[in-house]
Amino acid sequence: MLNVFSKLTKGQFFSFKLLIIGIVVLILLFAPSYLSRYYLYLVTLILVTVLFATSLNIPLGYGGLLVLHQATFYGVGAYAFAIFLKQGTLPILPASLIAPLIAAAFACFIGWICVRLRGLYFSFLTLAMGQLVWAIIYRWYNFTGGDDGIHAIPVPDFLRSGSSVFYTTLIVVLISLLLIYIIVKSPYGLTLQAVRDNPQRCESVGINIRNHRLIAFVMGGFFAGVAGVLFVLLERSVAPPMLFWTKSVEVLIMVLLGGMFTFLGPAFGAVVVIGMMTFFGIFTEYWLLFLGSIKILLLLFLPQGVLGYIEEMMAKSAKKIEKGEERGYAQG
Amino acid sequence: MDFLTLLPDFSTMTSQVFIGLSRAMILFMVAVGLTVSIGVLRVINFANGTFYMLGAFTAWSIAMWVGGTAGFWVALLVAPLVVSVLGLVVEAGLLRRLYNRPRLLQLLLTYAVVLLFNDITKIIWGVDFKTIEVPLKGFVTLFSNVSLPSYNLILLASGPLVAFGLWFFTNHTMVGKITRATATDREMVDALGINSKKIFAIVFMLSCYLAGLGGALIAPTTNIVVGMGITILVNAVLVVVVGGLGNIWGTFLASIIFGVGESFGLLIAPRFAIVFPFAIATVLLILRPTGIMKSVW
Repeated sequence: MLNVFSKLTKGQFFSFKLLIIGIVVLILLFAPSYLSRYYLYLVTLILVTVLFATSLNIPLGYGGLLVLHQATFYGVGAYAFAIFLKQGTLPILPASLIAPLIAAAFACFIGWICVRLRGLYFSFLTLAMGQLVWAIIYRWYNFTGGDDGIHAIPVPDFLRSGSSVFYTTLIVVLISLLLIYIIVKSPYGLTLQAVRDNPQRCESVGINIRNHRLIAFVMGGFFAGVAGVLFVLLERSVAPPMLFWTKSVEVLIMVLLGGMFTFLGPAFGAVVVIGMMTFFGIFTEYWLLFLGSIKILLLLFLPQGVLGYIEEMMAKSAKKIEKGEERGYAQG
Repeated sequence: MDFLTLLPDFSTMTSQVFIGLSRAMILFMVAVGLTVSIGVLRVINFANGTFYMLGAFTAWSIAMWVGGTAGFWVALLVAPLVVSVLGLVVEAGLLRRLYNRPRLLQLLLTYAVVLLFNDITKIIWGVDFKTIEVPLKGFVTLFSNVSLPSYNLILLASGPLVAFGLWFFTNHTMVGKITRATATDREMVDALGINSKKIFAIVFMLSCYLAGLGGALIAPTTNIVVGMGITILVNAVLVVVVGGLGNIWGTFLASIIFGVGESFGLLIAPRFAIVFPFAIATVLLILRPTGIMKSVW
């Protein structure tokens, strides 16, 4: 069935992707008019998670850094925003700008320490420091509400209805995705990918690989913070589990399921995972069982991710077409 | 020396240290299973925490089934064996396919196993927490005024026993020596006509056995709940890294640092006690990224 894609050339495939994205955005634009309250909430949550997963893919997919604790920055962004609003120190607009910057500052500090290490040691240090942040937030009752979290966060009246939250989220997520796309296709983004693929060679031609990695890590932290802010708008509450380690693993699975070497892969993974959660949640309380099994099967048989698989088929056929072979033959 | 007056008296401190040490021994059982599978199989097996949880639940079932105080001792013998057989199933069904895959994929696939078993546990044992009666009641007096629950003595003894047993296994038995050879050069071992697949399966069963043993040992002192596997897993992973990947004695030392660190945390700032292990791990990893003892990688 997927072989349909293998008949397209690269240019055609790109326009096909644009078409799909256009249709999805168009369908989303009118979502509040045909979705019930619960499903509108769900779609908004998916949008937030899409941004969260894509933010992880900047250091992970493009930078080749195995970040084990991205949820730290998602949580820090959300908590910073929640605390600003709850204590009334800042109005909503500056708060929503400063909160992601605080997340980015955390990422800068953690990243500055971690990028000096290679491979798995980098990963484990992000895990340790992320859990440290979680533990402090979990216990600092006076400031963060401890394990209860922060509830009933006041938001202005114009952000109280489901549809206004939805449109705010949609606009912010689309702009953020566009920005991330521009960043990864910029000269910086291309260098980052070169650093991922061959750090030694990059170093020898004078590229500062630590700086490139740190910048990727910080940008990932910033956009995760943006996703955290959107989450607070949606839920009007925050709690420590959102920056516990399992949250990070969940997002890692989304990124890998969708395909970490494609731009839209993480977004696709987020849609699939949350969609499956809801779908199985309707039928059985043991949805983790089904979700776990499907994840295992998908990861085992499509290790490059669903979108990664499609792109791979595309690239193969494009090569064959360039070689002048017949299209029908390319499938074999 | 003002700061010394802030600390509690000597006897409270000593008993806290011993309680911390007994916690450390349980952490060590789970962590050492991880470190063995990292050292030999080169797989970071997140499911190890799950086998710890299954050990506790199986021990509960067996203890209930046999009944009485004898029930627990039977459970302590049988539960880890049951868990290791289950581990064999997981190894043959899934892990075997992962040995040469990218590391991130290994991490996430073993994590998916965690999710799977969490729900299977819920189906079998339900969502309510379980408790086992402490088999040894009463306290023992260590020094003049330091006393400790008797059962903690067993926990305290179990850790060094396991560490010593593992050391003996890897250095002084045939299978252990082959295991070390497999860790160094799998192809060469295969070329000598030894079935390295079998060795891998044995090592994995061993790591599951240890995790199950840890779970069975902790069962009388805690509430047995579904989430307990994930809670200990994060700490165990950090212990393994801090100790040096694949180094048994490093893992032992790191477990002690974590356990005693948390105990002192309880004395100094009870509310922030859970912060201490992570803070210690962060500081140690910044100072010595590859662990306090030699890593096999």
